Amino acid sequence: MRLNNFWYLIKEGIRGIFLHGFMSFAAVLVTVACLLIVGSFACLVYNVTILVDDLNQTNEILVYVDESLSEAEAKSVGTAINAISNVYNSEYIDRETALAEFIADQGGDEAFSGISASDLRYRFRVVLEDNALMRETVEQIEAIDGVVNIRAAYELAEGFTTIKNVLNIVSVTVITVLLIVSLLIISNTVKLAMYDRRDEIAIMRMVGATNGFIRFPYVIEGFTLGMVGAALAFGLEWLLYNAMLAELDKVDTLNLITFVPFTDLLVPMIITFVAAGLVVGVVGGWTSIRRFMDV
Amino acid sequence: MIEFSNVTKSYSVGNKALNGVSMQIEDGEFAFLVGPSGSGKSTIIKLITGELHPTSGTVHVNGYSLERIRKRELPYMRRTVGVVFQDFRLIDNKTVYENAAFVMRAIGTREKEIKERVPYVLELVGLGNKTKRLPGELSGGEQQRLAIARALVNNPSTIIADEPTGNLDPAMSLEIMSLLIEINNLGTTLLVVTHEHDLVERFHKRVIVINEGLVTSDGMDGYYHYEAE
Repeated sequence: MRLNNFWYLIKEGIRGIFLHGFMSFAAVLVTVACLLIVGSFACLVYNVTILVDDLNQTNEILVYVDESLSEAEAKSVGTAINAISNVYNSEYIDRETALAEFIADQGGDEAFSGISASDLRYRFRVVLEDNALMRETVEQIEAIDGVVNIRAAYELAEGFTTIKNVLNIVSVTVITVLLIVSLLIISNTVKLAMYDRRDEIAIMRMVGATNGFIRFPYVIEGFTLGMVGAALAFGLEWLLYNAMLAELDKVDTLNLITFVPFTDLLVPMIITFVAAGLVVGVVGGWTSIRRFMDV
Repeated sequence: MIEFSNVTKSYSVGNKALNGVSMQIEDGEFAFLVGPSGSGKSTIIKLITGELHPTSGTVHVNGYSLERIRKRELPYMRRTVGVVFQDFRLIDNKTVYENAAFVMRAIGTREKEIKERVPYVLELVGLGNKTKRLPGELSGGEQQRLAIARALVNNPSTIIADEPTGNLDPAMSLEIMSLLIEINNLGTTLLVVTHEHDLVERFHKRVIVINEGLVTSDGMDGYYHYEAE
């Protein structure tokens, strides 16, 4: 393609947007609406996943060390625990701290005042990378010399894992369905715009224009509309997200729900919106004129 | 050159639009193609422009064998054939200049050549002073002139005019026919499909008559035999 043709075709693509103003407006509007729905749902799922992960991180396991070991020997067990790949971190708890925590757990009940620190074992508070692998990791810790007992809330860990798996399946399904529906709606809108110009395309075919020459302006048009739609949807998503955070701050005075700021989502959101706008625009523009090319 | 050898075209079983048409139009020749509605004229045009493929027989247009032409070769074949339609088929939102220029852009012509050729052709068809008008601002005759300019601008070796005067008054029809003959005198092969017998009789050219999918008469100097008359 010659350079002067290239610029001419780009100019034609941009010109087409304004010549068919209403259809262009409709295509952008539909793109914005669809991307907003998909984007909002993705933001929600992302935040819920983080919340579930945070809650899951609070599910620690306690590893009790043989009381016959000295404190130095007990501490060395921690090195073996940390060497296990699924262990995120382990915190050594001496007997005095363990006693203080125990009495605090009992609400400072004087009935337990007779217990001395030497009655308790050294222990480690262990946080895992992935609680779905809790049973396997506990088996590995049990195999370490000096470990006599482990307290782990398997049901809670498995409950979180189930919630996360269900959330993943639901979110992938819903986002996929929303994206497909969006693509169909947008592609249909672009098709309507192309139908408006079927005579023009037929004339171009009859005078010997190549498929590339005919298609290029429509692809440029689709690309531009897709990008404009993506940019508008991104801006609106940002505004809506921040407005929702502000409202949440007013309602959630106990800070029970923490949503990440939109700036944390900037890069993935930009990539997603630009990619979606690009796919919708270019693929929509390319495929929608296919049926008018067989002249 | 256009050459049909024993061409048949069936749209459905038992419904033959062409029933063994053979004809040859030499380079630089001017020929009228006449015949009643449904005789097969439109099918012949569509076969020449590559919109249809023959069911059997061979069609050669300017060196291309259309019965086995590849899809990607079609645009290049079409550039050797300019087509003028009864309903003009201009692009409404492009100016007179742009309607003619975009045909040259479609084949990758340099802008400098376009700027030289388009005004020349528009001048030739009498639209040199209306380059910035839109088709909707032109009369029927002027629109047809623009359609002829568009067909002519890439300097094709052949022009097919499908009822070019069908939407025009008699005076304008005469003017358009004179323009087409002028173009033929410059060396372009012309095939004019028409049902206007007085026009055919006025210009003493070759006349091919087609009826029920067959060439029933092919005579020179305006001679033709037309059963329907």
